[in-house]
Amino acid sequence: MRESVTLKIGGEAGFGIMSSGTMLARAFSRAGYHVFATNEYPSLIRGGHNLITVRIATAPFAALNRDVHILVALNKETVEMHKSELGRGAVVIYDTKEGSLDGGLPIPLTDIVRTHNGEQVMRNTVALGACVAILGVDFEVLGSVIRDQFARKGDEVVNNNLAIAQAGYDHAKKLNGNLEAMKLAPAQKKSDQLVINGSEAVGVGAVRAGLKFAAIYPMTPINSLITFLADHAGALNLVYKQPEDEISGINMAIGASVAGVRSMVATSGGGFALMVEGLSLAGMIEAPLVIDMGMRVGPATGMPTWTEQGELRFIIHAGHGEFARIVLAPSDALEAYQLTIDAFNLADRYQVPVFVLTDKYLNESLWCVPESSFSGEVTIDRGKLVKREELPPDDSFKRYQFIEDGVSPRSLPGMPHGQYFANSYEHDETGHVTEVAEKRAAMAKKRLSKLASIQKDIMPPVVLGPQSADITFVTWGTSKGPVLEAIAGKSANVIHFPWLYPFPTEATRALLGNAKRVIDVEQNGTGQLASLIRQHTGIEIKEKILKFDGRPFYPDEIWRQ
Amino acid sequence: MAAVTQDSYKTGFLPTWCPGCGDYGIWTALKDALAKLGIGPDDAILVYGIGCHGNMYDWMRTYAFEGLHGRALPVAQGAKLANHKLPVICVCGDGDCLGEGGNHFIHAAKRNPNITVLIHDNQVYGLTTGQASPTATQGFKTKSTPEGVVDEPLNPLTLALTSGATFVARGFAGDIPGLSQIIADAVSHKGFSVVDILQPCVTFDKVHTYAWYRTRLYQLARDGYTPDNKLKAIEKAMEWEDKIPTGILYKEDKPTSEDREPALARSPLLELPLGVPDLPALLSEFK
Repeated sequence: MRESVTLKIGGEAGFGIMSSGTMLARAFSRAGYHVFATNEYPSLIRGGHNLITVRIATAPFAALNRDVHILVALNKETVEMHKSELGRGAVVIYDTKEGSLDGGLPIPLTDIVRTHNGEQVMRNTVALGACVAILGVDFEVLGSVIRDQFARKGDEVVNNNLAIAQAGYDHAKKLNGNLEAMKLAPAQKKSDQLVINGSEAVGVGAVRAGLKFAAIYPMTPINSLITFLADHAGALNLVYKQPEDEISGINMAIGASVAGVRSMVATSGGGFALMVEGLSLAGMIEAPLVIDMGMRVGPATGMPTWTEQGELRFIIHAGHGEFARIVLAPSDALEAYQLTIDAFNLADRYQVPVFVLTDKYLNESLWCVPESSFSGEVTIDRGKLVKREELPPDDSFKRYQFIEDGVSPRSLPGMPHGQYFANSYEHDETGHVTEVAEKRAAMAKKRLSKLASIQKDIMPPVVLGPQSADITFVTWGTSKGPVLEAIAGKSANVIHFPWLYPFPTEATRALLGNAKRVIDVEQNGTGQLASLIRQHTGIEIKEKILKFDGRPFYPDEIWRQ
Repeated sequence: MAAVTQDSYKTGFLPTWCPGCGDYGIWTALKDALAKLGIGPDDAILVYGIGCHGNMYDWMRTYAFEGLHGRALPVAQGAKLANHKLPVICVCGDGDCLGEGGNHFIHAAKRNPNITVLIHDNQVYGLTTGQASPTATQGFKTKSTPEGVVDEPLNPLTLALTSGATFVARGFAGDIPGLSQIIADAVSHKGFSVVDILQPCVTFDKVHTYAWYRTRLYQLARDGYTPDNKLKAIEKAMEWEDKIPTGILYKEDKPTSEDREPALARSPLLELPLGVPDLPALLSEFK
């Protein structure tokens, strides 16, 4: 009996790899297990090698392990590419049509599909049935997911898929006399779980926070946020608009924000490069705006479907001129949900752009989260948005009034007596252009004073693991999980930074000042967080574990180095 | 409420345009049209580009967004989708809207948002002291084309027509009553309305003067032209040199960008409830 199993399903793009992994993860989540799934694929639609890795365990976990226990090879290439990862006693499920394989478990995937008059793509359904049998759980665990997955296509499709999966299940059951070792220990009954990817978690956070308008140009890895918003636009009272480019996207979102609704954009590094001009505009006219920046491998087009943390410095410094901004960086789907809600409130409270800095691994992986953590009360704080009746009838309202915390009350176009100019030129308190030295300096100072005001909301870095330890790892974003998994049972802890800018200087200094040995772990080539820490605290972290090959860390890489 | 007049838009600042600039005529016609329509300073948002035209907001008191060069249309579309009851008018330049913002112009026309675009078409970049704009006539000598413009000019009207604009007109800055009527019609039109406004740049263009235009312009309406045929409109839009038509070239009723959004069928986004109406149903999709 196993407490944890890792499966990989591989084949060509177009084989339904991602949906197989999703169904498997959902099935075991429903059965009470903890699951996680992540995909690897090249930037194309047909052919190439696609892979999904699914880990299923009886207890919560923070990362994937390297060893593979079940490999579903929908083509020969998959076996070649992944045989070195197979753990002792691993099972390789392959199509008998492909020949024979030493130690493999041949299943007549193609024959079963043909017998049921199914399409070639349904081979993965046979394989899913076989996986469930090998893991020793009831067929119904998979059956319920198949019914939901195909419900929209009608009873005939549902029943055909059920029959095909059952045939795979029965076949594996007959053969698996010696596979007792792969059986999963029973799951502990627990509360309902969601299986959700990082982009969808951002989406749920956004709509719960009152998102009304999103303009997002398609780009990996934030495309499933588009799908989520577009699918639900009518029911959730919002508009998703596909702009002609990212320049238009950010300007549309700013226009919607000035007109009074919560708005956002999402993109990756290349798309954000086009938005930089608009970011500066948002800073100048003090428009609340949320930007979901999903990092992937750069520079330029880079490796579009692979993960990296190369854009922290870019985000902090982007934009001509100086203005305040906030950068949040979730490490998993739950934090992506929570920080997205925070992002909308912070954007309104300080009238600044707020980044939710995500990455491909977070956005496209499926995470397992208790439903209750997505359904609690959400506070919506629209900040200093004036009400109609608060505007002075003598037209003396000043949108950019000098005020101690730098955040002036905001009127909305159409409100009587609230007229102002949202002006990209330097301006006075009414928004009227000015180039007078004292007025320019005062207005620039007002905008920058927000950096000090924001201090009271800064989320300090979080210590995970023992408070005192021999080794302290410093991470941000999705590097947290593998490090957390690696330190289990060791005298080590992790400092995780959910909030990166304005930098939490004092809290960081206090935490690192007490640490015995500090190691920086990041998925980039220059140690951007380490440099930020040095810039703000003067503390130099000499030891770094950096990875920038497009793949997330495995826990064993943390100790090996 | 006091009646809206041209004085309602006073800011207390005086124009900084060159004496004789075509912008004065456009500004006056716009104020006249808005006053006629009863749209006061608090009732609409004007979105400006960057250029001589964009400085208009300084002496035009309304809710205004003075954004980035070329980006007025995206801002306007975002604002319109957020509050589609609010009249949204873009005051753009030819370099602004057709050069830097050309892609936005094409796609805005294609979507047909209920927005009016006034293009200040003077063939030059005035604010940067006189370089050729995308509409500059071939052979026209400017600071960036000392030997004369080598390219063919871009035609804002045919571009608008073929991209999907549902109201396309040409006005002249030297004919304030005529222009005012065209602007009023454009703002009243439900859909993407484009008014290309021919405008002399008295400082950097010694060729296309008021007199140059006056000897060539004629009014379509007086010719018995009806603006209901796109192919005919394209033909008219291509007349230049000796005879240049003004007036409404094309007009049609089509669903707007806002009409196509299911969420907006109830009320403007701004007035819709925040949050998720049925959270358990939404989350059940992830189980």
